[in-house]
Amino acid sequence: MNILDAEALCRQLAEQIRPHVTPATALVGIYTGGLWLAERLHKELGISQPLGAIDVSFYRDDYGSKGLHAKPQRTGIPFSVESAHIILVDDVLYTGRTTRAALNGLFDFGRPARIELAVLVDRGSRELPIAARYCAHTLPEALPRDQNLELQRDEAGRLTLELTQLG
Amino acid sequence: MRNPQLNKHGELQHLLTLDGLPRDIITAILDTAAPFTEVAEREVKKLPLLRGKSVFNLFFENSTRTRTTFEIAAKRLSADVVNLNINTSSASKGESLLDTVDNLCAMQADMFVVRHAASGAPMLIAQHLQATGRDHIHVVNAGDGRHAHPTQGLLDMYTIRHFKQDFSQLTVAIVGDVLHSRVARSQIAALTTLGVPEVRVIGPRTLLPTEVEKLGVRVFHDMREGLKGVDVVMMLRLQNERMNGALLPTPQEYFKVWGLTADKLALAKPDAIVLHPGPMNRGVEIDSAVADGAQAVILPQVTFGIAVRMAVMSMLGSH
Repeated sequence: MNILDAEALCRQLAEQIRPHVTPATALVGIYTGGLWLAERLHKELGISQPLGAIDVSFYRDDYGSKGLHAKPQRTGIPFSVESAHIILVDDVLYTGRTTRAALNGLFDFGRPARIELAVLVDRGSRELPIAARYCAHTLPEALPRDQNLELQRDEAGRLTLELTQLG
Repeated sequence: MRNPQLNKHGELQHLLTLDGLPRDIITAILDTAAPFTEVAEREVKKLPLLRGKSVFNLFFENSTRTRTTFEIAAKRLSADVVNLNINTSSASKGESLLDTVDNLCAMQADMFVVRHAASGAPMLIAQHLQATGRDHIHVVNAGDGRHAHPTQGLLDMYTIRHFKQDFSQLTVAIVGDVLHSRVARSQIAALTTLGVPEVRVIGPRTLLPTEVEKLGVRVFHDMREGLKGVDVVMMLRLQNERMNGALLPTPQEYFKVWGLTADKLALAKPDAIVLHPGPMNRGVEIDSAVADGAQAVILPQVTFGIAVRMAVMSMLGSH
């Protein structure tokens, strides 16, 4: 998908968030694309709280039908979640199920004061009552189900959005 | 013939033995275990993967550590765990193993964790489930006779990988009562599958199986010779309760020749690690100074064992 410039969207997203950053703000990126994005935002916004990373494999609601994700990653929340102001970061917002899984995961670390959601692209087709507080781009029409949109990162660290046809 | 541990998609259906288990599956279990270690550091040490599933711990033989760590692992995955100590239940009234299993299946069991004094008992249960079309029920071998103890072998591999990163350059020594040890068999299978170039077994002739070389190991009957230059020392427990007849002199004499002491350990590489599956006989196969020393990784083994068992159960429970 050439029309979406991930680097430009990333800068836009940072500007949306910037006025709301306080010393208490902490970022948590969802593996893998969300974490790349969160690393960028963390640097760009000069966030002082250390960056968190969450893998939602252990909380997915399709475990019963699809099984465990092949390579789960280590979740690391290096700040106290209790009473924290957290911005959860993902690359693409779709059904909302990944966000739901991440929320469940975060609550096992404590009771945050607030969690907001920041995404690069909203591709539509929500299946749960979840909305992003910060969103750089909303697709005018929902993407068909057989298409996959996700963030990629090349060796130089450059971010791109890749649209692929699912088999 | 299909590997009875794998389903038709090549996924893990039961965990019965590490012998013949493909390398990519062993590696996948170790990779999956890594993120589970983090759960122990959380406020809420629980994941929802096995929510609503019933895990039956079927222990026909005594065990504290293995049963407890399986129970903790299943509970951290949110399963309902039922512990059956069969010594005191139906088996003593004469019920057969498969009748016990059928009854528990009628109680909607999803997984059996089985320890049995008879080699092959977990395999018998797995075959019975398959023959009766109950493919959704999984069996984990928690130690059968002298045959296998696969989760112990896996947690040992996890521990070695944690401290040594790479298997391809290692020399590993397994020391002691190999003859009676299901742990040793699982360790040898896993080490060779993972590509460890040199696996040594060290022990008195009376405690090594005949033709043990055929498992692809180097045999030493001199402990000092065998420990020279090794990266990993895996001690085995002297299986007092399995001894038939006079295979051994007194425990004191055994310790003098085959006990791991600081001066013997000094022959291994300076950064060698020492493993023991527990429970330890201090002053018999291992000296307290070594067991409590800086090179021992015996307590990390126990902690990693929970994560490895969580990984196995979550991989089994996912199909």
